[in-house]
Amino acid sequence: MQELELILDEALKQFAATAQAAELEQVKARYLGKEGSLTGLLKSLGRLPAEDRPAAGARINRVKQTIEIALQARRDAIQQQALQQKLAAEALDVTLPGRGLDVGGLHPVTRVLDRIETLFHSIGFDVATGPEIENDFYNFTALNIPQNHPARAMHDTFYIDEQHVLRTHTSPIQIRYMQAHTEKYRSFQTMPDIRIIAPGRVYRVDSDATHSPMFHQVEGLWIGEQVSFANLEHLISFFLTEFFENKAIKVRFRPSFFPFTEPSAEFDMRWKGGWLEIGGCGMVHPNVLKHVGIDSEKYIGFAFGVGVERLAMLRYGVNDLRLFFENDLQFLKQFN
Amino acid sequence: MAGLEAEKMVAVAPAFDKVVVAQVLSKEKHPDADRLNLLKVDVGQVEPLDIVCGAQNVTVGMKAPCALVGAKLPGMEIKQAKVRGVVSSGMMCSAKELGLAEESSGLLELSADAEVGQSIRQHLDLDDHLITLKLTPNRGDCLSLYGIAREVAALVHAPFPVLEEPSFDQASNEKINVRVADVAACPRYTGRVIAGVDAKAATPAWMVRRLERCGLRSISAIVDVTNYVLLEFGQPLHAFDLSKLNGGITVRFALAGERIKLLNEQTIELQDDMLVIADDKAPVALAGVMGGADSAVTDTTTDIFLESAFFAPSVIVGKSRRLGFGSDSSYRFERGVDFAATRMALERATQLVLEICGGQAGAISEARATLPARPPILLRASRVERVLGLSVVSLGGADEVGRMLSRLGMICRRNGDEFSVTPPSYRFDIAIEEDLIEEIARVRGYENLTAATPQARMTMLPLTEEQRPLAKLRQALVLRDYQETINYAFVESEWERDLCGNTTPIALKNPIASQMSVMRSSLLGGLLAALRTNLARKQPRVRLFEMGGCFAAEAGGYVQRERVAGLTYGSALPEQWGAAARNVDFYDVKADVEALFAPATLSLVAATHPASHPGRSAQIWLNGEKAGWIGELHPQWMRQYDIPQPVVWFEVDLAALVRAEMPHVGEISRFPPVRRDLAVVVDEGLTVQFLLDAMRAAQAPNICELALFDLYRAKGVGDGKKSLAFRVLLQDTQKTLTDGEVDQSIARLVAVLQQHGAQLRM
Repeated sequence: MQELELILDEALKQFAATAQAAELEQVKARYLGKEGSLTGLLKSLGRLPAEDRPAAGARINRVKQTIEIALQARRDAIQQQALQQKLAAEALDVTLPGRGLDVGGLHPVTRVLDRIETLFHSIGFDVATGPEIENDFYNFTALNIPQNHPARAMHDTFYIDEQHVLRTHTSPIQIRYMQAHTEKYRSFQTMPDIRIIAPGRVYRVDSDATHSPMFHQVEGLWIGEQVSFANLEHLISFFLTEFFENKAIKVRFRPSFFPFTEPSAEFDMRWKGGWLEIGGCGMVHPNVLKHVGIDSEKYIGFAFGVGVERLAMLRYGVNDLRLFFENDLQFLKQFN
Repeated sequence: MAGLEAEKMVAVAPAFDKVVVAQVLSKEKHPDADRLNLLKVDVGQVEPLDIVCGAQNVTVGMKAPCALVGAKLPGMEIKQAKVRGVVSSGMMCSAKELGLAEESSGLLELSADAEVGQSIRQHLDLDDHLITLKLTPNRGDCLSLYGIAREVAALVHAPFPVLEEPSFDQASNEKINVRVADVAACPRYTGRVIAGVDAKAATPAWMVRRLERCGLRSISAIVDVTNYVLLEFGQPLHAFDLSKLNGGITVRFALAGERIKLLNEQTIELQDDMLVIADDKAPVALAGVMGGADSAVTDTTTDIFLESAFFAPSVIVGKSRRLGFGSDSSYRFERGVDFAATRMALERATQLVLEICGGQAGAISEARATLPARPPILLRASRVERVLGLSVVSLGGADEVGRMLSRLGMICRRNGDEFSVTPPSYRFDIAIEEDLIEEIARVRGYENLTAATPQARMTMLPLTEEQRPLAKLRQALVLRDYQETINYAFVESEWERDLCGNTTPIALKNPIASQMSVMRSSLLGGLLAALRTNLARKQPRVRLFEMGGCFAAEAGGYVQRERVAGLTYGSALPEQWGAAARNVDFYDVKADVEALFAPATLSLVAATHPASHPGRSAQIWLNGEKAGWIGELHPQWMRQYDIPQPVVWFEVDLAALVRAEMPHVGEISRFPPVRRDLAVVVDEGLTVQFLLDAMRAAQAPNICELALFDLYRAKGVGDGKKSLAFRVLLQDTQKTLTDGEVDQSIARLVAVLQQHGAQLRM
C-alpha cells in the first residue's frame, strides 16, 4: 500500500500549501471528491479478494480520516487567519473622543446643600421648606422679634409691603413646621420629636464682596423632651467634622443674641490660624414655642443656622461670594 | 468670649518718637524761598532750634509738634538738613505727618497750655488704643464705659468700686415745674437749672479728645458735657436754653398737627404716639430722640435747664426708623437706660458744667412714677441642668451658681434647689428663667461646657414613591448636558414686561438697585442674563438650568411656584469629530423636556408666549393640566438682548414634574408583536399630535404602540402637504394575532386618518 502512504503525504503537503478557503476545497476534491484519488482507491476495493477487503478498506478509511482531520484543521486555520485579518482591518482608534452630549453639573450651592441634607438625613432630620415672600408674623413676630424691636435692625430687610418681606432668614420655616407638627399631633399625649433642617434662599439689603443681597441658609431644629445645649454643641461640632471630612476641626461657641433663642451662641471654626464665624445657634426661646403652641416646660429644643455659601467657600476655596451668582461657566464647570 | 465681642483694637496713633510740644519764638522769611519761613523754636532745651518751615498757618507764639533730629515718623526719618542753604534742626509737624489724620493743612496747633518740651505722645495721649465692641441689641447696659467696666469686672471677678457722688455746691434753689402727663411713657424725669454759665467756654482738650476717639465731634462745652456723660454712664442728657422755654416742662404725647424743628434742622410733623418735652406753649424736644432747634443752647446762652430722664423703651422704639434718623439717645433708650442712675448722671453733668462753664446750680426738679418692675425670677437647678445638659455640680454647685449671678448684680435668694433672682435695674434683657441660664453659661464660659451626644428614639423618615426627589430631576438635566445656575429672585422690571408680558410685577419697596427691583414670575430672565454673561466671555455653546421660586400676587397674598427652566444656545452637540455641527433646535429641547418627565408622556400645544417666536412656541400639557412652556426666543428679544443665535428654552412647574406614579405591573405577552407601517400624506396644517390623538381615540383593539417614525416634505408629496409614516405595533397577551384581526385594527386607524383628509401611500 505504498500508494496510500503517498496520497496521504501529498494531501497533507498540499493542504499546508493552500492559503485560500476555495482553493482548499478544490484540493480536497482531488482526494476525497468523486474523482479523487482516495475515492478511486475505495472504489477499487471491489477488485480485491474478499478476504483482503476488510483490512484494505480499514487502511484506506484511516487515511481518509486523517486527511479529513487535516482538512478541517486547515479550514479552521484559514478561517481564523481571515478573521484575524478582518479584525485587524476593523481596529479603531480608541483614543478618539466619545460621541454625543457632554455632562453638565450642579451649582456648588446645590452641591453643598445636598451634602448637608444627606448628613442630617442620616441622623433622622427631615427637610422642610417655606415661602421666600414671608409675612411679618413668621419672619419676625413669631420669632420673638416684635414690631420695632431693635433686633429688627440686625436684619436689613427687603420689604414688599407693610405686611410682607423677603424672608431675612430660614427661621420662619421652623415656625411653619412647628405649627403643622403640633396640629398633626394635637391628640397625642407626647408628640414625636421635631428634627428638621430647612434650607433656602434668604435676602438682606447688603451687597459687597462678602455680602450678597440673596444667599442661602440652612436652619436646623430639634425639639424634644431631652434636648440640651450640650447636645447642640455636640451636633454642630459633629456636623462640621463630617462636612469638612476633618476630624481635627476645632469649633468654639461664643455667647451672642438672637431674639428667638435663649441661651444663644455663635459658633466659629478654627481656620488658617484664626477663628472664622460659621453660624448662630441656641435653645429655642420659650416665647417662640408659645407662639406655636408647644409647652416649653415639657419640650425643649435647639436651633442653628449656617450660611451655605460660606461653607461652600471654605470647602472649595472660593474667595469671592459674587462668583456664586455670576454663573460664569468657567467657574461652575469646576464643580462638575 | 462672654458676649462682648471686641471687633477690633487699633492704636490711636502710629508708632513714632522724638516729637515734642514746641513753641514758635520767632519767624523770618527765608532769604531764598518765598514760601518758607525760618523759625526759632523752643522745644524745652537750653537753646532754641532753628527750623525751616513751609506751613502757612505758622504764627509766632503758637504751639505745635516738633520732630527732633533723629525722630522716626511714619515713612520718614528726621535729619539735620539744609533747606535752600539754611540749616534746619528738626521739623514742625502737621497731623498728617504724624499719621493722626488722612489730610491736614498746616501745623497741628496745640492748646496754649501745652507744656513745651513734653512728648507729644504724652501730651495728646497717643499711646491709647481704640477698642470697638460689637454689642448685641439686648445689652443696652453696656452702651457706656461704666457699663462695660461693670460687666468686665463681673466676668473677671474684679472688685467694682462704688462711685462717689459727684460733689459741687448747689448755689440756689431755683427750679422749674416739671409735670409728666404720661407716667408709663416717662416714669422718671429729672432736671436742673444752672444759671450764669459761660456757654462760650472752651471744652477741655482731654474731653474733646475722648469724645473724638469715641466718634463724637466737639460742639460746645455744654453739649460736649452731655455727650460725655452719655458715653460715661449711658444716660442721654439734654440741655435747654432756659430763656427760650415758656414756663414749666410737660412730658406728654404730641397733639395732632404739632410740629417741631429739631437740632438736625429737620422740621417734622409730630404724630400722637411721639412723646415730647413741651413747655407751656409748644413741644421743645422729641423725647429721647432729639432736642428742638429753637430751645437749643447757643453761644449766648446764660441759663440752662439740664434734663436727665428715663423714657420707656417701648415709647422710643421704632421712632428713629420712622423718622429716617436716629441719635445716640434714641439708640440707648430703645435698648433700655438704667432708671436707677437718672439722677446720678444729672449730678455728674452738673458737676462738669460748673467746672467748665461756671454758673450756679439750682435744685433738682423730679417727677417720678412707677419704675419698671424687676420681678424676681424663679430659677430651678433642675431646669439649668436640663437646658444646658450638664449637672449643677459641674458648675461648682448651687452656691457657686448663686455667686455667679450675684456678681452680675442680681439679688439671689436660694431655697434648696431653687433660687429667686431679681435682676438689676440696668438689665432689660433678663425676664425669664432661660435668660438666667444663659447668664450662667456665659459666665461659666461656653467653652467650658461639655458637649454631649444627643440621644433619640430611632424612627425612619417617610419615603414616598409618588414624588420624585428634586435631586434626581436635577441629575436628569445634568446628564443631558445642562449646567445648573442660581440667579437672583429679584430682576429687572423690563425682563418681566418683555419676557412674561407682566406689567404689574411684585415690586420691592427698597430694592438695592433698579435691575433688582421686582420679583421674578419666570426663571427665563435670569437664565438669559447668565447666557449673556457667558457670551461676553466667549462661550460658543451654553446650556443652563435653574430650579427655583417664581412669584405672583394673588388674592390674599403672594404665591410662590417652584419651577425648573432650561435654556440652550449654540450647537446641539459639543463640537466633535463624529457628528455634523448644527444648532440646537426646538426638538432637541423637546426631547430634553420629555426625558425630564419620563415615563410620563407630555403633549405640546402650539400657543404664543411673549418670550417666544410665535410659530415656535408651545404650552406643555401633562394629564390634562398645563405644566409649562417651551419655545424658541423671539427674534425681537434676540436683537434687544444682543444674542446672535437662536435660544431654545423651557420652563415647567415642579409640582407637575415631581409627581410620579407607583409602577403597576401588567401582564407580559409571550406572543410576538406584529408591526404595520402606515404612510399618509396630509395637509401641512395638521399636527402629528392631533392625528396620534385621533387614532388613539379610535381605540382599535390590540394596539400596544403607535408612533411617528418618518416625516418628509418634497415636491412629489405636493405643495402644502407632508408625508408621515407611523409605526403600529399590535400584540395580544393571550394569543398570536391573526392577519384578519390585525387588518381590522389597521382599517380603523386608516379610517380615522382618512376622516382628516389623509391619503394613504402604499
